[in-house]
Amino acid sequence: MLHYFANPTRFQRLSRRVEPWLLTAMLVCFGAGLYFALFSSPVDYQQGHTVRIMYIHVPAAWMALFCYTAMAVAAAVAMIWKHALADVAAKATAPIGAAFTFLALVTGSLWGKPMWGTWWVWDARLTSVLVLFFLYLGYMALRDAFDEPGRGARASAILVLVGFVNVPIIKFSVDWWNTLHQPSSVLRMDGPTIHADMLTPLFLMAAAFQFYYFWLVLVRIRRELMVNRTRALRHRQASG
Amino acid sequence: MAVFSGRDIDCIRGERQVLSAAAFSLESGGALTLRGANGAGKSTMLRLMAGLMRPVAGTITWDGVDIADDPHEHNARLAYVGHADAVKPALSVLENVTFWGELAGAGGMAAADALAALGIGHLSDLPARYLSAGQRRRVNLTRALTSGADLWLLDEPTTALDAATTDALTSLIDGHLKSGGMAVISTHAELGLAETGTLTLGGAA
Amino acid sequence: MSAFAVLFRREMRLAMRQSTDSFMVIAFFVVAVVLFPFGVGPEPNMLARIGPGVIWVAALLAAMLSMDRMFMGDYEDGSLELLVLSPVPLELVVLVKVLTHWLTTGLPLIVTAPLLFVMMNVPEDIWPVLLMTLLLGTPVLSLLGSVGAALTLGARRGGVLLSLLVLPLLIPVLIFAVGAGDAVLYGAGAKANLMLLGGMLLGALALTPWVTAHALREAVA
Repeated sequence: MLHYFANPTRFQRLSRRVEPWLLTAMLVCFGAGLYFALFSSPVDYQQGHTVRIMYIHVPAAWMALFCYTAMAVAAAVAMIWKHALADVAAKATAPIGAAFTFLALVTGSLWGKPMWGTWWVWDARLTSVLVLFFLYLGYMALRDAFDEPGRGARASAILVLVGFVNVPIIKFSVDWWNTLHQPSSVLRMDGPTIHADMLTPLFLMAAAFQFYYFWLVLVRIRRELMVNRTRALRHRQASG
Repeated sequence: MAVFSGRDIDCIRGERQVLSAAAFSLESGGALTLRGANGAGKSTMLRLMAGLMRPVAGTITWDGVDIADDPHEHNARLAYVGHADAVKPALSVLENVTFWGELAGAGGMAAADALAALGIGHLSDLPARYLSAGQRRRVNLTRALTSGADLWLLDEPTTALDAATTDALTSLIDGHLKSGGMAVISTHAELGLAETGTLTLGGAA
Repeated sequence: MSAFAVLFRREMRLAMRQSTDSFMVIAFFVVAVVLFPFGVGPEPNMLARIGPGVIWVAALLAAMLSMDRMFMGDYEDGSLELLVLSPVPLELVVLVKVLTHWLTTGLPLIVTAPLLFVMMNVPEDIWPVLLMTLLLGTPVLSLLGSVGAALTLGARRGGVLLSLLVLPLLIPVLIFAVGAGDAVLYGAGAKANLMLLGGMLLGALALTPWVTAHALREAVA
């Protein structure tokens, strides 16, 4: 039984040491990113100040995809090498990814109101992100649907890999569907030409989100490991 | 002469450690009786032997080859009779038994003979929904007879059986062993098999 | 007799002796579509416009309704463990289950569809294309549904969960199937849509039995 927790213990030590650095990096990037995004970047000639929503929306959408990819990788590692920590990482990532996806949807909708005059438009990108949100919900629901946690972990690992294979197909089909139904091109969220001054805050915010993810996922993994340990102690208590 | 053995078997079921450092060894013609209190891991041991589950640590081998390395080969040589009777109420008794026999491939007893050997030959045309618990149990047990498998894994085979059927089952198992087969049986009852080892499980925590 | 024939005969026997299940799926399909004229009004042009989409969505939901029982009976009575332990490849067992599911739900849905085309005033020029999309698309529903059915075995509220897992994955099928009808109406031809649906069917046929078999092994472990 001891070797079972040996690796996680080592992880906990390492994680505690890295977390403050990640937190600091995140705060610096957020500070700088928000300054550039809100004050020191040009106003878009078409979108006006609304363009500033992009500095949240675009990194959030990137993170939505990144987290799903991370989950798929973690699930594959957990499935092939039976690595317990990878499984915990997949579990810890899911709600973070779902939150980023939700943020991308909300900011997209907020941006849409002044731009399109309505809160929701079946734009190809937004629709794809919405489907991705459903995939996150399905993963979390399946993971939580079993009395035996191990079964939920293995089933949801398969699901996230199936979903991962399907994401490009869904993306392709939604793009196809969108061009079929909206031949008159609506205003794109990100035109092909982005002003260089807009790139600085965009990348700073993206880095901040990225650091935020790594910091939070480490905290969540540590928490999950503690919950597991408590459960193991309870079981030992039950069996006398 | 085949050897079926396992050593250092640890198993965690749910989140509870059910088996720790369990070991067994069995040769052609031999039987092993699993004993232990409820929850001691008898069913788990049988499921591990069948390859339905993998042990967390330790190995189970057939003639020195890990059963996990070639599950198809292992499936072909085993017949597993579990807690659940796996009897379809919508099919007749004979249809139920024939299906599993045909799926296992040729080599075992004919379905009708197997039913007769367990004393339910007269029920073969009856839809299985009319069977009692003991009769369903016997239908379940015919699967071992029709499979032609070398290794029988029987989980509490005598549950819901009367004394006469238990005797019939014992002599069927004896016959299987005499023809070079193996059997692992978890049971609370005394079967009275001629030659059998005993593995007592429990005490793992 | 080959393992395929043995499995297929058993599945068909079980399905035939419980044929009310099939009937209920069809009844749900028809009732679900019939609700729409009440919801959006009986104006014929409006019904013709939304008809193909409504019929496809209803077919999707009807197929989901029957999906959770694909392995449930075998899981509950212990047969699934024995199928996993049989010398027959589990992928073959899955394929036979999917085939039976399609024969008892997908095929009856296709047979019923023309009746609903009439009721929803769907233009006759696109009937053949829509039937083709159903023929290519419904097996994909059964195949992807088998993954969901295997994953949710033993879960609380398996049926609802199954729909939540599988329906988002079926969006591409819906898009290309309904798009095929529109493409014919706009004079573009439905070849591309049908090819894409066919591609999805082949891809699903190649991958899902393997994934489902893996999920089933996990379910009985």
